[in-house]
Amino acid sequence: MSISVEIPTPLRRFTGGVAKLDSGASSLSELVIDLEGRFPGIAKHLRDEAGQIRPFLNIYVNEEDIRFLGGESYRFKEGDKVLLVPSIAGG
Amino acid sequence: MGERYELRCRECGARLGNQPRSFCEECLSPLEITYDYEAIRPALTRASIELGPPSIWRYRALLPIPDDDQPGFPVGFTPLVNAPHLGKRLGVRNLYVKNDAVCFPTLSFKDRVVAVALNAAKHFGFEVVSCSSTGNLANATAAQAARQGFQAWIFVPADIEQAKIIGTQIYGARLVRIAGNYDQVNRLCTQIVEKLRWGFVNVNLRPYYAEGSKTVGFEIAEQLGWRLPDNVVVPMAGGALITKIRKAFDELISLGLVEEKPVRFFGAQATGCSPITTAVKGNQERFEPQKPTTIARSIAIGNPADGYYAIRAIRSSGGWAEDVSDTELVRGIELLAESEGIFTETAGGVTTAVTRKLIQQGRIGPDETTVLCITGNGLKTTDALANTIKIPEAIAPRMTDFEAYVDRVAETEVASTVRAAGASR
Repeated sequence: MSISVEIPTPLRRFTGGVAKLDSGASSLSELVIDLEGRFPGIAKHLRDEAGQIRPFLNIYVNEEDIRFLGGESYRFKEGDKVLLVPSIAGG
Repeated sequence: MGERYELRCRECGARLGNQPRSFCEECLSPLEITYDYEAIRPALTRASIELGPPSIWRYRALLPIPDDDQPGFPVGFTPLVNAPHLGKRLGVRNLYVKNDAVCFPTLSFKDRVVAVALNAAKHFGFEVVSCSSTGNLANATAAQAARQGFQAWIFVPADIEQAKIIGTQIYGARLVRIAGNYDQVNRLCTQIVEKLRWGFVNVNLRPYYAEGSKTVGFEIAEQLGWRLPDNVVVPMAGGALITKIRKAFDELISLGLVEEKPVRFFGAQATGCSPITTAVKGNQERFEPQKPTTIARSIAIGNPADGYYAIRAIRSSGGWAEDVSDTELVRGIELLAESEGIFTETAGGVTTAVTRKLIQQGRIGPDETTVLCITGNGLKTTDALANTIKIPEAIAPRMTDFEAYVDRVAETEVASTVRAAGASR
């Protein structure tokens, strides 16, 4: 199984400029582990000290906020497109 | 830019100078403006503020504006009116309305934040300004961009009120309607800002922009005679306004401009989009995002950027948060109009109806000083009243027709008033 992950510009300094990648992760937790394996040091920007996904990091799966899909319990499906958006603004 | 202020991460405390950026690269948390209060303190007194212009610029020492800058429009300094009739209807004695339904130039509190944001846009050298908006911000950005010579690109959910669409395009702004809700518009804008060198007032300029909301708090305190109220009721969309009114009060206290006292902050949302009130009522520190279903479109943000901080401001102040149905909010619009002659938009209906609820719950006491923040104008959301306000029939310009008309409406209060007046002559 494979999902595609889009890395926004502000996070690319932790990925050596990589903007898009494929991952075999089946959950958010596995995705963070996969990313840390490829880009050591990135995980601490995605998870806080308590191991929780940082409150201001937004994760979308096929344009849907992952929190509407069950958050960390969501199981990725073949071909899912994952988008990371640091700190949503607006309002 | 000046050294009186700079960006600081709200969580890790990193300082980032002044630049168009809204979040910390290390911990992804939002940035906000911090000031060198010791440098500000000596020159800032009640008298020096009172000598300033009747606009938000009288508080410029506490805004991220360079000292030598010439501000644009005379925005803000809207009336704080006492509301004895509304108070009587709700059973309280010291009620005030901060009336940003008449804010200049586009009749909402968003004029304040845009004024500060465009100033930052100018200093960062942007030629195009932009925003993601539910309508009021669109109007404010388009109008002030026109006056200050910026090109404006405005992104809105496709279903916003017609008056807010017209009230954007009239200024020559490019309006982009997105087939989606506000949170989706907002996400798109977060992506656009990475690609284009545009000044998005509520994305990359957001820390500067949000400081403009403090002026609501400064004005409330000054207009109450340099004292703080007991309670403030604030509508919540992204959640920034309530946190910035709190920051304003804290700054006035720490600079010795008002006496320290506890102020309780009450947040208001529509039940159809209530991530913040749901969290407060459920004793949660973090909110769960929602998909909005309410006619209060101007505050329909399901993933509020400052939701976390709004929850904290409310809980730590001893306040509370409530939400009301669309039916209740329409009743709130009518109540404020009928009792105080102020016609507010749907968000103001929410604030009024929530205030009623909080008083009924005993959370706001009858002798406490309470300020309702009315943030927008009813003429922009008349769609919401289509089922409430019926256009009266036309009658011929003849006395007999008028008398027949009076007979037809004889059961109403108006008719009995007319009869009583006639009988007394």
